[in-house]
Amino acid sequence: MTEPLLRVRDLRTYFVTAHGSGTARAVDGVSFDVYPGETLGLVGESGCGKTVTALSILRLVPEPPGHVRPGSLVEFEGRNLATLPPAELRAVRGREIALVFQEPRASLNPVFTVGDQIAEAAVVHERLSWRAARARAVEMLALVGMPDPAAQAGRYPHQLSGGMCQRAMIAMALVCRPKLLIADEPTTALDVTVQAQILELLGRLQAEFGMAILLITHDLGVVAGAADRVAVMYAGEVVEQAPARELFARPLHPYTQGLLASVPRVDAPRAAGRLPAIPGQVPAATAWPPGCRFHPRCPYAWARCRAEAPPPLDAGAGEPGAHTVRCWLLTEPQRRTPRP
Amino acid sequence: MTHGAGPAPLVRVEGLVKHFARERRWFGLGPPAARVRAVDGVSFAIAPGETLGLVGESGCGKSTLARAVVRLIEPDAGRVTVAGEDVLALRPRALRALRRRMQIVFQDPAGALDPRLTVRAALAEPLAIHRLARGAEAARRVAALLEEVGLDADLARRYPHELSGGQRQRVGIARALAVEPQFLVLDEPVSALDVSVAAQVLNLLAELQRRRRLTYLFIAHDLAVVKHIADRVAVMYLGKIVEAGPAAALYAAPRHPYTAALLAAAPVPDPGAPRRRLVLPGEAPSPLAPPPGCPFHPRCPHPKKDARCRTDPPALREVAPGHAAACHWAEEPA
Amino acid sequence: MTAWHWLALAAAALAALAAVAALRRRARRTARGRRFFRHPAAAPGLVVLAFVVTTALAAPGLAPYPPRAQLDIVRLADQPPSLRHPLGTDLYSRDVWSRLVYGARVSLGVGALAMLVAVTLGAAVGAAAGYFRRWPDALLMRVVDVGLALPRIFVLLVAVALWGHVTLGPLVLLIGLTGWFPTSRLVRAEVLSVRERDFVAAARALGAGPARIILRHVLPNAAAPIIVSAALGIGNVMLLEAGLSFLGLGVPPPMPSWGNMIADGWPKMAVAPWAALAPGLAISLVVTALNTVGDALRDALDPRAESA
Repeated sequence: MTEPLLRVRDLRTYFVTAHGSGTARAVDGVSFDVYPGETLGLVGESGCGKTVTALSILRLVPEPPGHVRPGSLVEFEGRNLATLPPAELRAVRGREIALVFQEPRASLNPVFTVGDQIAEAAVVHERLSWRAARARAVEMLALVGMPDPAAQAGRYPHQLSGGMCQRAMIAMALVCRPKLLIADEPTTALDVTVQAQILELLGRLQAEFGMAILLITHDLGVVAGAADRVAVMYAGEVVEQAPARELFARPLHPYTQGLLASVPRVDAPRAAGRLPAIPGQVPAATAWPPGCRFHPRCPYAWARCRAEAPPPLDAGAGEPGAHTVRCWLLTEPQRRTPRP
Repeated sequence: MTHGAGPAPLVRVEGLVKHFARERRWFGLGPPAARVRAVDGVSFAIAPGETLGLVGESGCGKSTLARAVVRLIEPDAGRVTVAGEDVLALRPRALRALRRRMQIVFQDPAGALDPRLTVRAALAEPLAIHRLARGAEAARRVAALLEEVGLDADLARRYPHELSGGQRQRVGIARALAVEPQFLVLDEPVSALDVSVAAQVLNLLAELQRRRRLTYLFIAHDLAVVKHIADRVAVMYLGKIVEAGPAAALYAAPRHPYTAALLAAAPVPDPGAPRRRLVLPGEAPSPLAPPPGCPFHPRCPHPKKDARCRTDPPALREVAPGHAAACHWAEEPA
Repeated sequence: MTAWHWLALAAAALAALAAVAALRRRARRTARGRRFFRHPAAAPGLVVLAFVVTTALAAPGLAPYPPRAQLDIVRLADQPPSLRHPLGTDLYSRDVWSRLVYGARVSLGVGALAMLVAVTLGAAVGAAAGYFRRWPDALLMRVVDVGLALPRIFVLLVAVALWGHVTLGPLVLLIGLTGWFPTSRLVRAEVLSVRERDFVAAARALGAGPARIILRHVLPNAAAPIIVSAALGIGNVMLLEAGLSFLGLGVPPPMPSWGNMIADGWPKMAVAPWAALAPGLAISLVVTALNTVGDALRDALDPRAESA
């Protein structure tokens, strides 16, 4: 079994709220691995902590009000990014690990051309001359499938469509051939046909460069098509983790099951009557429920769930640790009958 | 055109056109600037109690269409008939009365509620405008509306920023229902909501439709959502409807290549599903300069695409009972 | 000045402090309140304003002498501050402290009322221009452009000169009518952005007419520039009134206003500086307080600072 490229163990990132209504424990003990060349999908709804997780890996969380708790391990190629000195961390950001955001136009500087912005990354990390960097920028734009890359390099972000901006962002991220690309909702703001293009592009680039991708999204359909393994987040924790096929075929955590059941699908006949929806709403990060955080919304919850938070338990599919679930139902499967 | 056989339609839209022109230079005296053809001749009809799903990507004009149908925007041409009344020809007073029959729910629940009004004030406003209830009677109605959309009565005291996205959207729906409309235009009502909350709101909308016998124009970019709730579906591209028909038929056997491409691109939560390798190249052209001939032809992957597609804009014509498509090759499935 | 007067003055000061402290406690609960008091000068500014308003309201209780009373023109003119006259007397042997306290009423009153006129007119014009656009907007904004181009003091001078003797009411009106132009621009800009928001479209879809929409939805959400304009506007008007009075064209004597007190005391600066210094310092203090409160309000109400 190969060594993971990125090992996250017990990552905790807390935020102090402005007027002391408590501490928001946005990421509260998240652990996962990303292996070289694979795509790990991190799935969850808003408020589950997935974006904060991505930012915490590269320590991009604004330090007041947030902070990554001591004891968090973010091991990349043997070094703990959570405790790395700033100069070394800067060498990792952009060169070894790159980040692509959701809103491409918001992440690009409006007063510089896209070509200049891509070139800047090359200048900073690889110390190329400006001319060489500009040439590399045009190469990258061609690589990400921009039509007429030389001309596009001279355009400003507001002159490009959403899809083109996202391609430019990807080009910027890949300039230094990083080993890991963290993509935070890269296609959410795009049309579905453009989304398909971008996902196909990411797949092609991954195969070509052999890089790993941490794909963060709320869209289960995207994850099904693009991810090798999936981690489902809820309330600051990873509640289920499995290879993609396994997760969709055999979802074990009631939250995962609820999500899958409540998503309307193009390929299924129209559901007669109601969509099974998860009752209630995501709790606030300042007040996670005690015990299992999903218990207030879970159809199977019983006393143990309210009292004790379940650790990730092995679902026993294939290799040990391949499919883990934070749910007591794994120890008492006979309780998997919904309450009346 | 483009509605199934059955009772007379509650809503009929004919040849609706809305162009936006850039402001003329020289203080309004210069030559007319380029026009954005946001809605370029759209026609459809909705039967009472039916849900028409309108899908399209960004820039296709569906939001403009939504607002034009309820006359929040003045169309440049065309006719809109709701419950027998010609919406576009009404004088202000009659239009206000007709607004009791048709309402609209917006996409962004945060922006759709006045941040300075409590929920109670927001729900009581339509009652006051149309003189339906005041004082204690209004309070009663507000409580009833909240219950109907599944919200606690004590949320009435809260302000929008104290509610979650799903709760705000329910308030927006309640507000639209306050005047007891027959026809509801829903402009991307669940697009801004989380998956699990969206499912709750979709269920609510279906139940309300059953209970109050509502007619819906449901606008969305998510095909899966539309499939779940719509009886008939119309697909928009660059301001025109390119295909319209019964939902089941349209999803099973689309007749227009764009519809087929949309279906192929829609992500499916099943890793084992056959990945339809139909990725549409390029992006939608700017509505300022639509291509000649068929507006879709530059991106069209149809094997039989030919010169006629480049020069001759196809009309929306019936290719199966109740099912129309604007493509020269629409006789066979795309 | 008897002991009672000193006690009353102390009471007024304490009342002002207590009121501001209570306000601060309540403000801690909202984000806007906290942002307001984050300014170090906001709370002292509020205390000064509260104190001045309290003394103006309680003038009869705080002034030992009637403001227009000439006590003894022979022996008590231009007397320096003493226990009986804490701020001395002026050239007509009137008690400066009493005049100051009653003058606060006039200066603040003129400031507040003229500002009210200006802000109301400015908000109305700005809202109409911003909401209706097209030709009403074009027309109104051209009027505003002309108004902004004319120097205000000049216009007032001409008006007063043509009118002859101006009493207090018409003076307030004149100052207000010449001061609404900047407010209308600010309000128009705010209204232009508010009217695009979905809840305004929702109100139109519900059948609301323009009046209801502007009064109930647009203006309350465009209130920030109006409030800030108001706070800063009072200060401007007070300075303007002082200037006019100094030129002899403002509040008609013998009614005391801080401006005409300076005008009276100015020729005697070498001999009896307190007569002009007291009102001068008072104006400076109040206008500074108004400006700091206005700045703090602007930051507190800034929508970009709102989270979510």
